[in-house]
Amino acid sequence: MSLVDRHVGFVHALREAGLPVSLAEGLDAARALRVIDLAERGSLRAAYAATLVKRPGHRAAFDVLFDLWFPPATTGLYGERPGEPRETAGRPGPHGDTGGPGRPDPEPAGRDELRAHLARLLMGGADADAELRGFARAMVERFGRQEAGPGRQNWFSYSVLRALSPETLMAGILREVLAGRERGGLAEKSARQWVNDGIRRFEEAVAADVRRRIAEDSGVERIARSAVRPPLDQLDFLRATRGDLARLRREVHPLARRLAARLTIRQRRGRRGRLDFRRTMRASLQTGGVPLTTHFRPPRPHRPELVILCDTSDSVSSFAHFTLLLTYALREQFAKVRAFGFVDTVDEISRFFQPGVDVVDAMTRLAEEADMVRFGRTDYGHALERFAERYGDAIGPKTSLLILGDARSNYRPPALDVLGSLAGRARHAYWLNPEPRRQWDTGDSVASAYATVVPMSECRNVAQLTAFIERLG
Amino acid sequence: MFDSPAEVTERLAAVDYLSDDAISTSVFLAAALGKPLLVEGPAGVGKTQLAKAVARATGSQLVRLQCYEGLDEARALYEWNYKKQLLRIQATSADDDIFTEEFLLERPLLKALRAGTPTVLLIDETDKADVEVEGLLLELLSDFQVTIPELGTVTATRRPYVVLTSNATRELSEALKRRCLYLHIEYPTPERERDIVLSQVPTLRSDLAEQLARTVATLRALELKKAPSVAETVDWANTLLALGREELDEATVAGTLGVVLKHASDQTRAVKELGLPSAGG
Repeated sequence: MSLVDRHVGFVHALREAGLPVSLAEGLDAARALRVIDLAERGSLRAAYAATLVKRPGHRAAFDVLFDLWFPPATTGLYGERPGEPRETAGRPGPHGDTGGPGRPDPEPAGRDELRAHLARLLMGGADADAELRGFARAMVERFGRQEAGPGRQNWFSYSVLRALSPETLMAGILREVLAGRERGGLAEKSARQWVNDGIRRFEEAVAADVRRRIAEDSGVERIARSAVRPPLDQLDFLRATRGDLARLRREVHPLARRLAARLTIRQRRGRRGRLDFRRTMRASLQTGGVPLTTHFRPPRPHRPELVILCDTSDSVSSFAHFTLLLTYALREQFAKVRAFGFVDTVDEISRFFQPGVDVVDAMTRLAEEADMVRFGRTDYGHALERFAERYGDAIGPKTSLLILGDARSNYRPPALDVLGSLAGRARHAYWLNPEPRRQWDTGDSVASAYATVVPMSECRNVAQLTAFIERLG
Repeated sequence: MFDSPAEVTERLAAVDYLSDDAISTSVFLAAALGKPLLVEGPAGVGKTQLAKAVARATGSQLVRLQCYEGLDEARALYEWNYKKQLLRIQATSADDDIFTEEFLLERPLLKALRAGTPTVLLIDETDKADVEVEGLLLELLSDFQVTIPELGTVTATRRPYVVLTSNATRELSEALKRRCLYLHIEYPTPERERDIVLSQVPTLRSDLAEQLARTVATLRALELKKAPSVAETVDWANTLLALGREELDEATVAGTLGVVLKHASDQTRAVKELGLPSAGG
């Protein structure tokens, strides 16, 4: 593949993955290629990133695709250090074409030997990064292949990670690093963090190499489509894994800061306050009585009181989880925030979000202590009725009522009239549904019925949630 | 300006800015392609420092436009000196031309345009400015000329090297981003942070710097409201020096945590997660 073809293919793959690469930006990248040293892979990556990737959220996808289209020259193999005891049982099977002509075959070393070497590399931190990558490639070569019929093969990262099980190296490394110092303290925590970081980098290197090999066997374009994960703000709440949730939680405060900044800017721009006559006259004395500069009183911001009624059942838990955190992080934007959680009965959960409380703790305690479940099956109708009788006074003419949930009520009566009277008392009422619109009203969902009473919006990811809160503030 | 990314690294290091692959390549490309460089990233990772370092390394003058909410053309580009014009009209016959060079107040953008010497224009915290200012910047950054109705068009004799920084409190417009090369500076790896600390605090023992960098990396991995910045790591190093501490043990960390963590809840979390003695505060 010539450089031009590769460049065009790569830019095309980026667009496929949802990066908005304009024609001009593609040309910028091409011009950048003419002034940098193409043999320097680090510079090449940085040049493409500087010209084509203008949002941090797109960087992960970019890196995966870059590794596919511009694979590293496979050199620096493990197994070149002399004096190693050798194991006799080598790896059978034919050699696939693995790029890089004239590569020496890594000599099969014993598994313990390999694990010991990996442990050394993990301790080396980012300084040993290049070597760690080379080692990952050699290990994929050795443990990652599975024959899939005559002359065909598949590559897997799990078999590599199973063979070396890097996470079980932790105890040994800690023993060595701490060298008799106290356990359980800061030193151990630091070392753990350090090693975990290394393990994560090793796993990524293995995964990247597996993708590279699959691409060699079956073409870059095919693997490119399946390898790229959506950026964090496009991630579907209902598909978020535990790891994704932790990443989302880490984004809560920066996101809240961004949102808060935007909301205040909008509030200030929306209305200038009344003319401050006195200050304007004072200032005009400097210019011979001509009022060249006018002064205004600061506007009074409108701050809604917010009442959140939140379905906390398992089916929508990650959505509820994130949205609650975000609204609480935005507390200074609202005059008052009260939150209520329900499954089939309802309980106020504001107490778990005191200012300065820790997000992880709040969520754990919420799950353990709040009284939201009677029989354990979601029942919107009953929850709404209980809410109206116990907390009905929470809603007044200043309140914005926000309901979070998928409107799946296990075929129980929906209590539309109760919802109608609650919404009628509030200044505004909104419903956020984390399900895609085309799934509304399927099965036990009564989305449309509720939507006739309270305007309902689809809210499947952070981007949609952010847009909604901006409209609200 | 530069011959290669490697040369950028070298010359930035000479003015005590430790660069990495991504930073050097972007700085080099901005010069080679003559495009503005937009630098984003968390507060305190050295975005503004980078612009200053480029100016020092190339011997250029630095013109800085600090953005804020309500910044307008009059503060960013140019303004007529009304008072002086009023006085002139009152003092002389009224048919004098009062729209000449002597009544023009040059603001940073115009100053950078008209500078005859090599110039680095730093537009700091672009995200704080209003959207109208972005329109103004777009016009300026696409052809490096600006039209002043009373004077005519001013074109840059030599293009300034432009660095925009942003903390991403809001998304800058797509149009502006398309005009710029983009560099996202993340928190450095512990190794690089160790070297940065040592370059800023040369009297610190290197093993202590290493410990500091690793501890800060551990803190950043916790779910905090505000992760410690590189600037705060350097502050921490200076604090340890001032206290004459030789070791970064639990008691020292607990006692000086306030230097790197500015939220009470973050401190509580760190104390709990790292098993620190709950002294300090």
